[in-house]
Amino acid sequence: MKKISLILLTLMLFTGCGQVAEEVTGQESHPHEEGVSADHGHADEAAGDSHEDMSLAEHAQNLAQFAIGPNGEYETNDFDALEFLTTWNFNNLAEDERAKFYKETALDDGTLLREYWFNVEEVTIEVAPGVYYPAWSYNGQVPGPTIRATEGDTIKIHFKNNASKPHTVHFHGYHSSSQDGTGGEEEDKIMLPGESRDYEFKAEPFGSHVYHCHSYPVSQHIAKGLYGAYIVDPKVDTRPKADKEFVMVMNGFDTDFDGANDFYAVNTRAFAYNYQPIHVKKGELVRIQLSNMLEFDPINSFHLHANFFDEYPTGTKLDPENFTDTITMGQGERSILDIRFREEGMYMFHSHVSELAELGWTGMFMVE
Amino acid sequence: MIMFKNMFQNAKFRLILAFLLPVVFIAALVWFFVQKGTFGVLEGNFPPVEKIFFERVVFEPEKITLGVLNDGPESVKISQLIVNDVVWRFKMEPSNELKPLERAKINLYYPWVEGDPLAFKLVSANGVAFEKEVDVSFLSPVLDSKYIKTFVLLGLYVGVIPVLLGLLWFPFLRRLRGGAYMFLLSLTVGLLVFLGFDALAEAIELIGEVPSTFNGVGLLVIGFLLAIFALGVVTYKTQHIGESKGEHVKSLLWAYLIAFGIGLHNLGEGLAIGSAYAIGEATLGATLVIGFMAHNLTEGIAIVSPLTKTLLGRSKIVMHLLVMGILAGAPTIIGSLIGGFAYSPILAILFLAIGVGAIFDVSFDILHYMYRKNEKGLFTPVNVLGFLAGLMIMYGTGFLVLG
Repeated sequence: MKKISLILLTLMLFTGCGQVAEEVTGQESHPHEEGVSADHGHADEAAGDSHEDMSLAEHAQNLAQFAIGPNGEYETNDFDALEFLTTWNFNNLAEDERAKFYKETALDDGTLLREYWFNVEEVTIEVAPGVYYPAWSYNGQVPGPTIRATEGDTIKIHFKNNASKPHTVHFHGYHSSSQDGTGGEEEDKIMLPGESRDYEFKAEPFGSHVYHCHSYPVSQHIAKGLYGAYIVDPKVDTRPKADKEFVMVMNGFDTDFDGANDFYAVNTRAFAYNYQPIHVKKGELVRIQLSNMLEFDPINSFHLHANFFDEYPTGTKLDPENFTDTITMGQGERSILDIRFREEGMYMFHSHVSELAELGWTGMFMVE
Repeated sequence: MIMFKNMFQNAKFRLILAFLLPVVFIAALVWFFVQKGTFGVLEGNFPPVEKIFFERVVFEPEKITLGVLNDGPESVKISQLIVNDVVWRFKMEPSNELKPLERAKINLYYPWVEGDPLAFKLVSANGVAFEKEVDVSFLSPVLDSKYIKTFVLLGLYVGVIPVLLGLLWFPFLRRLRGGAYMFLLSLTVGLLVFLGFDALAEAIELIGEVPSTFNGVGLLVIGFLLAIFALGVVTYKTQHIGESKGEHVKSLLWAYLIAFGIGLHNLGEGLAIGSAYAIGEATLGATLVIGFMAHNLTEGIAIVSPLTKTLLGRSKIVMHLLVMGILAGAPTIIGSLIGGFAYSPILAILFLAIGVGAIFDVSFDILHYMYRKNEKGLFTPVNVLGFLAGLMIMYGTGFLVLG
C-alpha cells in the first residue's frame, strides 16, 4: 500500500509539474499592480445603446464616438445657456423686472448714464448634467450679467454684498484708482457682507472686456464664479455690421476642490451647446465676444471647424489682426471673432486644448 | 385582575419584563428622534460625507465594468464618469443613487488598450470625485474549463503534493532517537511561527483593500480569536483522550491540528496566488511552482514531526498521512479557485486570520507540552537550535518562490 502510493505520488509529480508549467508559461507577464481585484467577466447588460448588436469590429471603430460624452441631461433650467449668448444689460427680462437691475438716462453731451444693480449672492449651480457646484455669483448667475455700453457712456454700478464673505467688483477698462475694486485705497475698500457702494467710470476704451471680483484670494473668488463680460462698442464703428452677436465666457469648475478643474465649459454649462446647438444662417456675419475666465489652467483656446474667422484681439482696434481657425488665450484675455459660415451643416467649436474639450468645453453651430 | 397579579409574582415574568422595559423605552426614543429630530443638538450645516469604494474592475473586449460600494454614511448619486480626463457615458445598475452599503455595477464601452494604465473618476451630484487607478489594463479571466483546470492543477502541485512529499520523510524521522524528538518539535514550532507571521503580514496588508465599513482590523481579530477559541475547545475536549489512551494518540491529534492550521494558511496562500494570477500580478512559471513546492515541503515535515511517537501500524499511519496531506494541501486548490474567480478581500482576511490563529494555537500547544516534558525547561540548546533551524528553512525556501 505504501509502495503504491509512493509510486503514484512520484508519477503525479513529474507529469504534473510539466503540465502546470506548460499551461501557465504561455501567459504574458505583467508588471506589478496594486489594489485591483479582477472578477471574471460576465456578458453583462450593455451600456444600453443601439450599437449593442453590432459586431465587435464595428464596435471597436464606432464605439468611442458614441460612448464618449456626458451622462444624462441637465436637471435644472435656472440658467439658459442659449439665452445668455444674446443677453446684455438685462435685455432678457420683462420691463418691470429689468428696471430693478438696469436704468439708462440720457446725458446732456449725448452719452448715456447706464446704472446697474449688482448683488453678490451665494447660489448652487449645475455645471455638468447632475453635478452641482456651490458658486459665488453676481445676481445669482455665472457668468455674471453682461454689461454693454457705447464708448464714452458713464457706467455706475450699485454694488451690494449679500454674501457671507467680502467682495468687490473690478473692471478691465479705464477707471480711477478709487474705482478699482482692490481695496488699495481708503475710498476703495473691500465690501464686507451687507455693505454696499457705487462704482463709477467712463466706458472706455472700446473693446471686449471683463469684470470680476478682486477680493482675496483672487484665484478663489474668480474660480467660484464672480466674473462677467463687459463690452464697449466704438463710437464710430467702421467694422462690418454683425448679423448675430454672441457673448462667450470660457470657464471651468473645480467641483471637488482639489485645485484643478473637473469640468470646463463656455458659459458655465459643460457640453451645453452640444445639447442645444447654436443656430445661425449661412453667409451671415456672426460676431463672438469671447473672453477667458478660466482659473487654474494657464492656457485655454478656441477652435472652429471647417471655417476661419477674423480676430480682433481684445476688440480694441477696428481692423482685425488675425485670420485663423484657432486662437490661444491666457487668463483674462479676450477677443472679438467675426465668422461667416460658408456652407450649411453642423460645425463643432471647442477648445483645442483637447483635454478641456473632452471635459465639457465643446459645442456645435448649426448652420442653416 | 387576579391573573395579572399572579403574573407579576412569577419571577420568570419579572425577569422578562426587566429586560424588555429598557428596550421599549429605547425604541420609543429612537422613534421620537426619527420623527421629530434631535432638537437642534446634532444639527449643523455639515457638508455631506460621501465615500465610494471600488471593489473590482472587470475588463472585457471594448467594455469595462466597475463594481462599487457605498462605504459612507450618506446616500451618493453618481452623475458623471471621467476616464483618463475624458467625460464618458455609462450605465449604472441598479441605479445612479447608492444608499449606504449598497452596491452597483457601472458599465461603459471603452476602447481600452492592453497594458495601458487607466484612471477612473466618478463625480457625484455634489461634485465630489472618487478616483480609481488601474496600473495595467488586461482582459479579466473568464470562468471556463481551461482556467479551472489550471487552478486545480496549481493547487495540487503547490499544495497537496509538496505536503505529501514532506510526509515521505516520516520513516527517517521515526528512526531518530532521544533528543531528536525535541529537536523536531522545536523545528516544527519554528516553521509554524514563521508561517503564522507570514500569514499575519499578508492579512494586515489586505486591511487597506477592505471597505472601511467592513472593518478589516475587526475581521482580522475575529478570525484570529475564532481559530484560537475553536481549537482551544477541540484541545480541551480531547484532553482526556491523551490521558486515557496515551501519548501517541495525542501526537496524532496534534498532527491533525497542525495539518488543519496549515490547511487554512494554504487557503490564504491559494487566495493570494489565484487573485495575483487573475490580475496579472504573478507569472506562474515553473520557477514559482518549484519554489512553492520546496517551501511547502517543509510543511509536510511539520505535520509528521509529532507523529514519530505514534504506535500505530504501518497501513493505518499511511492512511492518516494521506488524509493529513490532503487536509493541509487541498485548501490551496479551493483558495486559488476562489482567489482567481471570486476574490473578496473580506474572505481573504478572514481565512488568513483564522489560519494565523490556528497556527499560533498549535504552536503554543506544542511549546506547552515541551515545557512540561523537559525538566531542564524550554530553552535548551537543542530546542533553540531546532526553532532557529525551522525559521531559517522557511526563510531560505522563500527565496525559491520567485514571481
